[in-house]
Amino acid sequence: MEKKIALSMRGITKRFGSVVANHNVDLDVYEGEILSILGENGCGKTTLMNMISGIYFPDEGKIYKDGQEVVIRSPKDAFDLRIGMIHQHFKLVDLFTAAENIVLGIDEKGQHNLKAVNSRVSQIAEKYGFHIDPQKKIYDMSVSEKQTVEIIKVLYRGADILILDEPTAVLTPQEIDRLFTVLKRMREDGKSIIIITHKLHEVLAVSDRVAILRKGEHIATVNTCDATESSLTEMMVGKKVTLDIDRSDPVDPQPRLEVKGLTCLDKEGIHVVKDVSFTANSGEILGIAGIAGSGQRELLEAIAGLQPIASGQIIFTNPKKDKPVTFFHKSMKRVKEMAAKDAFHDKEGKPMRLKGMSNGQIKAQVAAGNVLFREDEVMNLRGKTPLEIRSLGVRLSFVPEDRLGMGLVGSMGITDNMMLRSYRKGHAGFVDRKKPRELAEEIIKELEVSTPGVNTPVRRLSGGNVQKVLVGREIAFAPKVLMAAYPVRGLDINSSYTIYNLLNKQKKNGVAVIFVGEDLDVLLALCDRIMVINSGAVTGIVDARTATKEEIGLMMTQTETPAKEAAQ
Amino acid sequence: MNVWLNFLIESLAFGAVFMYGSTGEILTEKSGHLNLGIPGIMCMGGAGGCMVLNMIGGLNLHPVLVIILGVAGALAMSMLMGLIYSFLTVTLRANQNVTGLALTTFGVGLMKVIMSKLDPTVYLVGPKKIFRWPFAGRTDALQYLGVLFFVGVAIAIIASWVLFRTKVGLRLRAVGENPGTADAVGINVTKYKYLATCIGSGISGLGGFYCIIDYMASQEAYLSLEAYGWLSIALVIFALWRPHMTILGSTVFGFLFSCSSYIANIEGITVTMAAKPLLKMLPYLVTILVLIVSSIRNKRENQPPASLGLPYFREER
Repeated sequence: MEKKIALSMRGITKRFGSVVANHNVDLDVYEGEILSILGENGCGKTTLMNMISGIYFPDEGKIYKDGQEVVIRSPKDAFDLRIGMIHQHFKLVDLFTAAENIVLGIDEKGQHNLKAVNSRVSQIAEKYGFHIDPQKKIYDMSVSEKQTVEIIKVLYRGADILILDEPTAVLTPQEIDRLFTVLKRMREDGKSIIIITHKLHEVLAVSDRVAILRKGEHIATVNTCDATESSLTEMMVGKKVTLDIDRSDPVDPQPRLEVKGLTCLDKEGIHVVKDVSFTANSGEILGIAGIAGSGQRELLEAIAGLQPIASGQIIFTNPKKDKPVTFFHKSMKRVKEMAAKDAFHDKEGKPMRLKGMSNGQIKAQVAAGNVLFREDEVMNLRGKTPLEIRSLGVRLSFVPEDRLGMGLVGSMGITDNMMLRSYRKGHAGFVDRKKPRELAEEIIKELEVSTPGVNTPVRRLSGGNVQKVLVGREIAFAPKVLMAAYPVRGLDINSSYTIYNLLNKQKKNGVAVIFVGEDLDVLLALCDRIMVINSGAVTGIVDARTATKEEIGLMMTQTETPAKEAAQ
Repeated sequence: MNVWLNFLIESLAFGAVFMYGSTGEILTEKSGHLNLGIPGIMCMGGAGGCMVLNMIGGLNLHPVLVIILGVAGALAMSMLMGLIYSFLTVTLRANQNVTGLALTTFGVGLMKVIMSKLDPTVYLVGPKKIFRWPFAGRTDALQYLGVLFFVGVAIAIIASWVLFRTKVGLRLRAVGENPGTADAVGINVTKYKYLATCIGSGISGLGGFYCIIDYMASQEAYLSLEAYGWLSIALVIFALWRPHMTILGSTVFGFLFSCSSYIANIEGITVTMAAKPLLKMLPYLVTILVLIVSSIRNKRENQPPASLGLPYFREER
């Protein structure tokens, strides 16, 4: 049966400043089909759909609805063309009832009659198999109920093209099944449904066709029946790009930070970090890959003491200087045992096995202070505030993804931002400004920050320079563990390389670096090991030198069962 | 008439000043804008109305026309203030608190200049009788219930009806709660913000006019207008953002605010000079109590509009 084209886009291009979000995209949507838009984060899926729903206006290109060229300048225009979008972040007024939200903004003649609305809402719900109480207030609703309200809101306006932006991200598996049943019923009713997603199995389960976007460009549209998970992944992540990043081999990696079974819940009690375990070694860069919002931020914040932890341990091993052995008088036997295990060494750092020595000789050696051992301090950072972590002597640096929100104060100068780390120093209530100022000048010089002066508000600097200031400050603190979340996001190539070099330098200095990134090419070129997380859970830790993009791409997007196999 | 009933009616009449002020402020706040310029707007409303009365004083117009022109003058002046406020805060997205406070300072000052130039024998003596015609000739508290008192009660009730029973009200509340959502369903957020602020300012300005001409009807009335403006803003919280609740709230406020001077007239009670200002604090104390109680009960419907004080602009990436 020949299907009619409901909507088509031709040569759509959208730029935000110098960033091209969509480039020359052609797309067709048929009546009575479910089309998936698949792609990595930041590939322009949502932007493209926002242009159909009137949030953005395309810079170039044309949109046709039922064969007619249309101009969509506002969400209202989209509604008038019977196009409705269900956003990832629900656009509902919490204080209103479901019915009030549904009729909001509709220009209908006659009195404001909520009873009529209620019955019409129930009618729509019945037709497609929703469950909803029109008189319930939004703030009393679960996420799934809110989504239902959003979908009915769109249907109530008579939409025949429905766009759902990552509709399953917030739902439980049962709720997802229910949603898919409803979507299929709508398809049978002749409606066109577009779902934006990066979950492969959902694409395969529910859609008729898949359009793949990569870096803002439309790669291909394929029939779902002809696609497999690996063919889709390949189109999604693309060919490997070689980057010129120096990567040295890790020198003497020692466990520095050990995370065991870490679990965090968000406000609604949903698992954002699920039973995550990993070890970050000194002198090594551990990459964290995953679709944005898979729990990366929460994980790092939990380690930094900013996120409440539901369960799990964060063990930090603080390397200490050599200490002379002093406990021999308690148990000579234990000293000998430990010596046999290479626990002791002499002043040059060579191991001392104390073999063939008599007790007297050992005592003499010990008394002379020649037998040294290294005592690592092991502590659990769970439930500690950042200040407590710092006062324990744990040098943990955190470069958050929200640079001007969590990392720096935008309206303060570089010096003042340095003082955020050192304001407790100084005498009798007065802060010490001299050292932070010196540090600020040093960072400007060393990292080539282009700024009019140390007191220029950092908000006025470019993104790259802001990041240099932030990373510079965190590095100046001589960290043992350096966590950086998306440190090159929004930076140009040169600034990105400066940051990569800084991270590499820290690695060489024996710092355990944790790098959360989004560009797989960068992760593969920069890191030593890559941990992949998917919906808050670790799906595997791979060697960055041997892993492929497809392998990681699959681990990022697959659901639980196959992902576990991949991890093994 | 019973002395307490008399007192109650006077409180009602006095409270209408706040009723106007806070009904206007509620409309503005429902659109998500905290207008701290209300005291200044009330002052300018009063000044605007009095200016018109001063101009037409010698013309011997029909009483109804005098009322209409006076009200129009008050509305025009205060809506102009509202327009300045909305231009600054909606279009230019200036800080709402700073803008409001600046308007108050400006309005109060300018009003004092204008009022000092007007002739009380022209703008006050004649019009006072016209505005107070419903209970003309009474010597008890009923005389204070002039035309504008009833207009004010009607406005408060109509405002509530519009806000909670009509589509326009639903949209306005949506704008104040979540402008992004309102925008996404095709509501013109800027238009609603402008209209709510300007109409709200007009209503508040009428309160100033009512206070000078109708209720107090004295040439010193304008000196205490600013204080009543602040009380009006406090009354918004007391009324839990419901215009019809301001009728009750304003009576309580009027009662509490004037009891310091009124109590002394009742036999057996003496109020020292020191106690008077303390008694005048009572409305604020009650407001704090209401705030505490409503915060503890934490009912979503009794909270301020969710986006109150936040500027809105369509997000760009």
